[in-house]
Amino acid sequence: MTDASMPTATGTPERKVKSLTEIDARTAKRNAAEKRFKLYGMAAVVTGLLFLVMLVTAILTNGLPAFKRAVVEVEFTLTQDQFDAAESKLLKTAEYNTLFITALSETLRERGIDREFDAAAVDRLLGSVGGTIRAFYRENPDQIDQPVAFELAASSRVDRYLKGTFGRDDVTEEGNRFFINADFDLVDDMRDAGLIRSAFNWVFLTGVDTGVDNPGGAGIGASVLGSFLMMFVVLILALPIGVAASIYLEEFAPKNRFTDLIEVNISNLAAVPSIVFGILGLAVFIQFMHLPQSAPLVGGLVLTLMTLPTIIISTRASLKAVPPSIRGAALGIGASKMQTVFHHVLPLAMPGILTGTIIGLAQALGETAPLLLIGMVGFVARYPDSFVGGLEGPNSAMPAQIYNWAARSDAVFTEKAWGGIIVLLVFLLAMNLVAILLRRKFERRW
Amino acid sequence: MSVKLSISVLAIAAVSATTAAARDNVQIAGSSTVLPYASIVAEAFGENTEFPTPVVESGGSSAGLKRFCEGVGENTIDIANASRAIRENEIKACADAGVTDIIEVRIGYDGIVFASQTNGPAFTAFEPTDWFNAIGERVLVDGAIVDNPHTQWADVNAALPAVEIAAFIPGTKHGTREVFEEKVLLKGCEDSGALQAMLDSGMSEDDAEHACMSVRTDGRSVDIDGDYTETLARIDSNANGVGVFGLAFYENNTDKLKVATMSGVAPTTDTIASGEYPVSRPLFFYIKKAHIGVIPGLKEFAGFFVADELAGPSGPLAQYGLVSDPELATTQKMIADEQTIGQNM
Repeated sequence: MTDASMPTATGTPERKVKSLTEIDARTAKRNAAEKRFKLYGMAAVVTGLLFLVMLVTAILTNGLPAFKRAVVEVEFTLTQDQFDAAESKLLKTAEYNTLFITALSETLRERGIDREFDAAAVDRLLGSVGGTIRAFYRENPDQIDQPVAFELAASSRVDRYLKGTFGRDDVTEEGNRFFINADFDLVDDMRDAGLIRSAFNWVFLTGVDTGVDNPGGAGIGASVLGSFLMMFVVLILALPIGVAASIYLEEFAPKNRFTDLIEVNISNLAAVPSIVFGILGLAVFIQFMHLPQSAPLVGGLVLTLMTLPTIIISTRASLKAVPPSIRGAALGIGASKMQTVFHHVLPLAMPGILTGTIIGLAQALGETAPLLLIGMVGFVARYPDSFVGGLEGPNSAMPAQIYNWAARSDAVFTEKAWGGIIVLLVFLLAMNLVAILLRRKFERRW
Repeated sequence: MSVKLSISVLAIAAVSATTAAARDNVQIAGSSTVLPYASIVAEAFGENTEFPTPVVESGGSSAGLKRFCEGVGENTIDIANASRAIRENEIKACADAGVTDIIEVRIGYDGIVFASQTNGPAFTAFEPTDWFNAIGERVLVDGAIVDNPHTQWADVNAALPAVEIAAFIPGTKHGTREVFEEKVLLKGCEDSGALQAMLDSGMSEDDAEHACMSVRTDGRSVDIDGDYTETLARIDSNANGVGVFGLAFYENNTDKLKVATMSGVAPTTDTIASGEYPVSRPLFFYIKKAHIGVIPGLKEFAGFFVADELAGPSGPLAQYGLVSDPELATTQKMIADEQTIGQNM
């Protein structure tokens, strides 16, 4: 190299020639910038991971206790007379509650728990058990006059005491009508006698929502079903409509201003806040079409509207990804346009379409806002009696149930809300996993 | 494509076919204060009768009554829960939409309590004037009505802790807000002499009362539009915060909250029932008479709700924190007779 060949664009006097291996100031600066950028990137990733860890830890520590519950395990005999007497009352469950409390008090004395306690104390330790007992005897009338081993929910404070989130410091000297200090001793005695223990909370997975005074009996089961009924509606409506629309737009429609307009609007629709679809659903499906309130059918229709753009966009993207040579080859050997699409393009685009659909469904599964307006966020406590009944009868959905529990005053409901989040996340993870597996298995690269 | 199209046509047909089916459950919406009680009764109703469990939605008294007044028919709600009495304009809006016969049911009373963190500053006794001077928009200082200058609770009452004012009060869509305005702010306005000063300055009585119930907007008083759990979360994160709660909610969270007396009276079911504790309000629900006989179990549910076994002094509602109505028998008879608002009144 000669001096003459050096660039002098900046007008500075000639630079000193250096070996390429020797790093000059500008290169050092550029390298430093790159290093800094890498650090920023790593910091961003670490921050993201940190948030994720925090979130997962919070969910697990708060939610896992919901999968356990304190149960009172005791043998109980109901006589025919008692059954008849209770059934003649208006509030039958309260009668069963009282009967059970009497029986439990006797058992406690038999087991030699020599502590002074009264029926009110036993009542404070028990959840509302009358409903469970009545349901059992109505289903199994042959068990009347027989000793039956019941496993019933303890009260929410006993539950929290066994889990260690509620203790003697949390109760004032005189206590209140929910719990008094002496109750702790009784619970300790009952635990030693094997009458109260911690058990896996099946009711949480299978049960329905309960009134605010019965946190121990509340379960997410019915709302899981409600969510699935909604997803069913979304799937059978959004998938065919979405795929048909995108095939037409992508393969058949002429490219003109009108189809451009449709295309822009579909992209815009994907960005519309979900609450807007809720208002639309209320106005169109409930007030205009007179569909029932609080029904998974309406929820499904609303979520279909929300999911459609997602499915259309992902379907069109995967149709576009099929190379034109495939279409050319099919057309070249005499296939009609429709045969080309359905025999060649669509099967090749299917993994992408399914992935998009599953992602769209997962998004819809976690959606709460539109459900607020169509009456699915509320106290809905029953399993549907049939499939159609489930679609048009009232039901809740998982996110709505979580929202509801989070708003209740008893701390056990808050715990259940976190537990519900775990259940919801498990479903979402499973769906995303299926999407990933489908893509891995069937994806083709060209 | 044709297969898929026919599937979707089928689905749409199935959708429209269901519109003919009759609703078999009672549909309720409204006050989030009444919601817990309604959910207790709804669960018990499902467990104890052959009728399906009613559906209870939340959303606030005003929102509930608005939906209630949308009209008559299966796709409208049967019962609106409210933590205040229905207003004249709402009755009119109802009538305009064809909802003419409304049965008013008073289920009991609820106390409104003022609570703060258990380990926070010692907020143990409030007077209505303290609240008015702390969060009113314009208050009386040295004989003149000025924009609220107070920044600390000790500024309004030397007996209160010297910490920044941070009040969390129910938002305007809650029925609780109305009671709070009337029984605390307006009362404090009167007691502090601000009302008289406003009247003396030439304001009309309505304007003066309105001014009394206006809340400062500089961030020291925060409207909570959500449920009490949101208020609790705010207080949890702010040691100096004071919040407005329902008695039942407070009693369920005594491990986190401590309550203050109002005008020297501690809030308990007894002091509220006797009327000693000043800040309480009746809770209601409203039934659409036109739906009785159409929606199965509607009248039975209403009767069940106010039965002695449920709403009475030893029933599950009182157990949860509702202050039982001494005139429950009258209410029971009203439901039995389907007596609507305006009849025999």
